[in-house]
Amino acid sequence: MGFLGYLVRRLALALPTLFGVSLICFFLTYMLPGNPAMVKAGPFATPEHLAEMERAMGLDRSLPEQYYRYASGLLRGDLGESSATGRPVSEDFVQRLPATLELTFASLIIAIVIGIPLGVLSAVHRDTFIDHVGRVVGITGVAMPSFWTGLIFVYVFFYLLDVAPAPLGRLGAGITAPQHITGLYVVDSLLTGNWQTLRSSLFQLMLPAATLGFSVMAPVARMVRSTMLEILESDYVKAAWAAGLPRRTVIYGDALRNALIPVVTILGIVFGFLMAGNAVVESVFAWPGIGNYAVTALMTKDSGPIQSFVLFVAVLYVAVNLLVDLVYGLADPRIRLG
Amino acid sequence: MSDLLEIADLTVSFDSDAGEIQAVDHISLTIRAGEVVGLVGESGSGKSVTAFAILRLIRRPGRVKSGTIRFNGVDLGTLSEEEMRQIRGAKIALISQSPRTALNPVITVGRQIARLFELHGGLSARDAHRRMLEMLSLVRIPDPAKRAGQYAHQLSGGMCQRVMIAMALATSPQLLIADEPTTGLDVSIAARILDLLRELGAKTGAAILLITHDLGVVAETADRVVVMHAGQVVESAPVRTLFHQPAHPYTRALVRSIPRVDRTVTMEPIPGAVPSLLDPPPGCRYAERCGWVSERCRIARPPLTRVVADHEVACYGFEERRDAAG
Ligand SMILES: Nc1ncnc2c1ncn2[C@@H]1O[C@H](COP(=O)(O)OP(=O)(O)O)[C@@H](O)[C@H]1O
Ligand SMILES: [Mg+2]
Repeated sequence: MGFLGYLVRRLALALPTLFGVSLICFFLTYMLPGNPAMVKAGPFATPEHLAEMERAMGLDRSLPEQYYRYASGLLRGDLGESSATGRPVSEDFVQRLPATLELTFASLIIAIVIGIPLGVLSAVHRDTFIDHVGRVVGITGVAMPSFWTGLIFVYVFFYLLDVAPAPLGRLGAGITAPQHITGLYVVDSLLTGNWQTLRSSLFQLMLPAATLGFSVMAPVARMVRSTMLEILESDYVKAAWAAGLPRRTVIYGDALRNALIPVVTILGIVFGFLMAGNAVVESVFAWPGIGNYAVTALMTKDSGPIQSFVLFVAVLYVAVNLLVDLVYGLADPRIRLG
Repeated sequence: MSDLLEIADLTVSFDSDAGEIQAVDHISLTIRAGEVVGLVGESGSGKSVTAFAILRLIRRPGRVKSGTIRFNGVDLGTLSEEEMRQIRGAKIALISQSPRTALNPVITVGRQIARLFELHGGLSARDAHRRMLEMLSLVRIPDPAKRAGQYAHQLSGGMCQRVMIAMALATSPQLLIADEPTTGLDVSIAARILDLLRELGAKTGAAILLITHDLGVVAETADRVVVMHAGQVVESAPVRTLFHQPAHPYTRALVRSIPRVDRTVTMEPIPGAVPSLLDPPPGCRYAERCGWVSERCRIARPPLTRVVADHEVACYGFEERRDAAG
């Protein structure tokens, strides 16, 4: 009973979702133009060669059998092979994942650090100039495609103002990567006290993280605004005013503390947006993460990485939302016993 | 007894898409130090709005259109926001209408009380904690140390109301506004909450403005009663006078509508419905429900006039009948 039971129940509920996701990824191969054997055999293969290739790849077997082989491979951690790099996709992934995570976390932090105060300000100054400015900024963030925002940022901050570095990966020219601990350059260089690398990695991270963060800041701000508006009208906030609590305490203590609970739930969705948005932003900034990897694979019809990227994002999405539910349970005393 | 709170000519309205809702219309009332005053009226008659106006907490779309509120002789309207904040909770405390939702769901009840000692009493966290536990025992919450660490949803309605009372009395206010403190509680718990309020009020010397829609509640608790109807004060009298010689036709109807065991006739409901407060016509808002109505009632609002010392009524019909009799 209690927390452990809740955890087990939630994990069990995630299983059908994961099964569905693996099915979709499996069929993705068939939805891509040209079959995988054709891509691998190349344009000049003879029909005999092609048939042999199909047999070798198991494409001549029944669909359920093919799915069985695919799924059991997944369970062993076998994500297939990339025909572009000739290496197992799982290896490429492990190598590129830290870059993606670093970018995602940085964007999430930007979205939260700007989005939450923006939402609070809009709610407190409802229907005033501040609220309208907040809304325009938010809508712009959602409406502009992130490759476009990214390009504008590069144009303005790198080309025109020259305050940002060239959009060429995680480190400036001539800077060596820090010793590998977590794979996140900012964290690793901090841990090893490598200030030069720290500065360079933060510098490089700045624009892509701002681009990605800008695209999801609006949903965060909007959620904070609407829950804050509701909570500012609640009986307990009125009681807090009546008790003579200072404005700061009422807004940031009594009200915001309650407003953050529903906000936690959308962070899972925001994280999903970020993972998907990575693909585009990583391409713009030549960021060596898995999103960039998947986009490159898409252009060369390399099905292994694409399949794996979709699968990975979906699994991560499920995992993050599970985590969010658990955190939600901890943040709200009313469902703590869940 | 000197006047602690003096409301003169207070008008509060709310802007809405349909027009102006005149929730409180030129009301005056006085509360003396240590006195328990009942503010009675049907739901929607402007009682809560009056309470919030006293604390200067009317916010958009509402606004105070006229009137002054003096507390200890000081016009609250002239104070800065910071000066007013130091009066709220410390000198004038509010127990709001719904005990459960008036407590913050994510802050322990103990913390909600203790922080008032820190804020208004300047106590250290440790002393505030100790005083908070004393306060919980004072309102007779069993096992205060355990309850202090709990959240509102873990307490019963009666228990939440006791916590609210503890919060309100924590800083020894001179005036305690209790807005329908017993709604939603069952009869025996309600009676105990009222006893507790009266007892603690007497002990601390706090005056109490007891807001209720139930005349039965004030009968046993209040010294004096002010009756409101649709945003207007229609009568004000000592509690005995009000029950035995009600002057205003609305008060008479209210008194008749109280269920009583010693009376064989069944209670009579008050005829008609509360009039709309949206752009109401001038004059007495009880006119459409009143058996004494005459033409002038619809033209001008009858002023509160003295019947005998301490008994005031706002009714042309009553004046005419008294003049005719005497
Ligand atoms: N925030 C508000 N917005 C619009 N109208 C309000 C608001 N608060 C109160 N009112 C109006 O004021 C009237 C009186 O309300 P209230 O003082 O709460 O009545 P009660 O006597 O039941 O406490 C209500 O009928 C309502 O129309
Ligand atoms: Mg009310």
